[in-house]
Amino acid sequence: MSKTETLADTQPDKGGPAQPLLIVRNLQKYFPVRGGIFGGKKAVVQAVDGVSFEVKKGETLGIVGESGCGKSTTARLLIGLLDKDKGEIIYDGQDLGGTLSLRELRRGVQMVFQDSYASLNPRLTIEASIAFGARIQGLSDPVGRARKLMERVGLAPDRFAQRYPHEVSGGQRQRINIARALAMSPRLVVLDEAVSALDKSVEAQVLNLLADLRREFGLTYIFISHDLNVVRYISDRILVMYLGEVVEIAPVDDIWTSQAHPYTRSLFSAMPSMDPDNRTKEPPLAGDPPNPINPPSGCRFHTRCRFSEDVCKAKVPLLHPLTAGSDHLAACHLHDISSGHSKAGKDVFE
Amino acid sequence: MALIETHGLEDPISEAGKGYWSGVGSRLIRDPVTMICLGVILLLILSAVFAPYLGLADPYTGSMIKRLAPIGTEGHILGTDEQGRDMLARLIYGGRLTLFIGLMPVVLAFFIGGALGIVAGYLGGWVNTVIMRTVDVFFAFPSVLLAIAISGALGAGILNSLVSLTIVFIPPITRVAEAVTSGVRSLDYIDAARASGANALTVIRVHVIGNVLSPIFVYATSLTSVCMILAAGLSFLGIGVRPPEPEWGLMLNTLRSAIYINPWLSALPGLMIFITSLCLNLLSDGVRSAMNVKD
Repeated sequence: MSKTETLADTQPDKGGPAQPLLIVRNLQKYFPVRGGIFGGKKAVVQAVDGVSFEVKKGETLGIVGESGCGKSTTARLLIGLLDKDKGEIIYDGQDLGGTLSLRELRRGVQMVFQDSYASLNPRLTIEASIAFGARIQGLSDPVGRARKLMERVGLAPDRFAQRYPHEVSGGQRQRINIARALAMSPRLVVLDEAVSALDKSVEAQVLNLLADLRREFGLTYIFISHDLNVVRYISDRILVMYLGEVVEIAPVDDIWTSQAHPYTRSLFSAMPSMDPDNRTKEPPLAGDPPNPINPPSGCRFHTRCRFSEDVCKAKVPLLHPLTAGSDHLAACHLHDISSGHSKAGKDVFE
Repeated sequence: MALIETHGLEDPISEAGKGYWSGVGSRLIRDPVTMICLGVILLLILSAVFAPYLGLADPYTGSMIKRLAPIGTEGHILGTDEQGRDMLARLIYGGRLTLFIGLMPVVLAFFIGGALGIVAGYLGGWVNTVIMRTVDVFFAFPSVLLAIAISGALGAGILNSLVSLTIVFIPPITRVAEAVTSGVRSLDYIDAARASGANALTVIRVHVIGNVLSPIFVYATSLTSVCMILAAGLSFLGIGVRPPEPEWGLMLNTLRSAIYINPWLSALPGLMIFITSLCLNLLSDGVRSAMNVKD
């Protein structure tokens, strides 16, 4: 039995190819900040506020944004490591908490973490770490699966199976983490900054491995990163987050040529250019993101946006398609002619 | 308690720990101080266990004419006590009780406190609050006073000393276990294990215990010497072991009046307590450094 078959027969496709593998609607997570003598709730951090998106079967959705914008919180909500406050998570047509139990979701969705060392139990051999999930899920021959997957991610089982995490390199550890996530034959893998801590050369190898695995096992990825070049390489679509909200979603080629939201624009212009004749001319985004405990009113980006007007402070912009039927969505008054913004509908960036 | 005992070899997952423990073993063997201390402790335990087979004099029958014979007396190598009983026999037989009520409370407290602390640290939230605040109540009393109070309330006797000392040592072990566990709890591999669908018990068994056990264990071993001294103290005060049972703390108490007549003799039980607790301390230090893989 080939590896591809092993993965296919354990995870039946319920919704059909047109059903998005994951639909997220109005996902919300607030963290209470406790303090004072009685440990009462003093404030809430609005970590993820009304995030909605879809992930189609077989595609890779890249999520980008500054530190603290809610990328990792979103990832942890998707896999059930955190409980959502509000919103829906629909996996292959089944609602989490309704027709889908958390345990079933975890069978289908797995995660690879950023810190390759902290995400492996130092007391377990590599083989035992990879086999653990398969054993928990009651899959047949967990150790055999682990060894096959080790081979697939490029680690000779005879050499590595009995080693401990501290005995292998960072790149090898991240391969182990990938194998560990795949051992449960998931259909969706959430990669939370999975290559960010690696050297550039190792990063490229791991990215290629991820791309190969996606093809071979028919996987769907949610790829979280702060590195736009990496996200571009692996993703089909890109979702941009700012302070717990989605500001733009677009296919990777669209967003690469024309960014609709001023925040996305500044993110892209902050990327160092590879061509010395084509230096960055736009001023970089000033300051830190505002405190998510008390986010700005209206559009959360208005405090740092150079096109900010009164309407931006007053009204929350909704995520809408740039043109009717377009798959390029942005949440900005500049792109909504009815918003009342003086430059609405004009090409402001040139 | 069952949580901790499932470290057996029939489970293929925990079998993976073999490499680590053999590494600890080889580091221990290369440490002379620890090995000497281990030898002394083993010697004390073995002699206590096999005391009836060592051909010693009866530790209970004395002789009025041979009272307080000095060390080196013919037939009594370590002399005799205030009732003319053989000191060597009484010290070795005394080791049985002293080691038992010195070690047993720590062993019990290790299991109970360890389980409480791991549960509190792993689950967090209100479970943590209930367990840890209850434990905090016991910290209001100095440990000696608490042991004396509980023993005094329960009455003298071996079992009561055991209970009171166990209660005294549960809070500090719980606190250490909770601190270590909540540190491990926040690591990604615990999240990864939870994300694979494992329930709390399985995550604790496979991923938490192995990583928190060594600091808790080392801390517990460092308590054994304190426990021995406390147990001896209880007997010394008359609320622990009762005469004529041989026990080092009690012997120290009864020989106290002979200190002007035969000071070396009356120091012997104290010396035994000192040697044992020193060796236990050094042993736990050695085990701690051998278990530390990262440095």
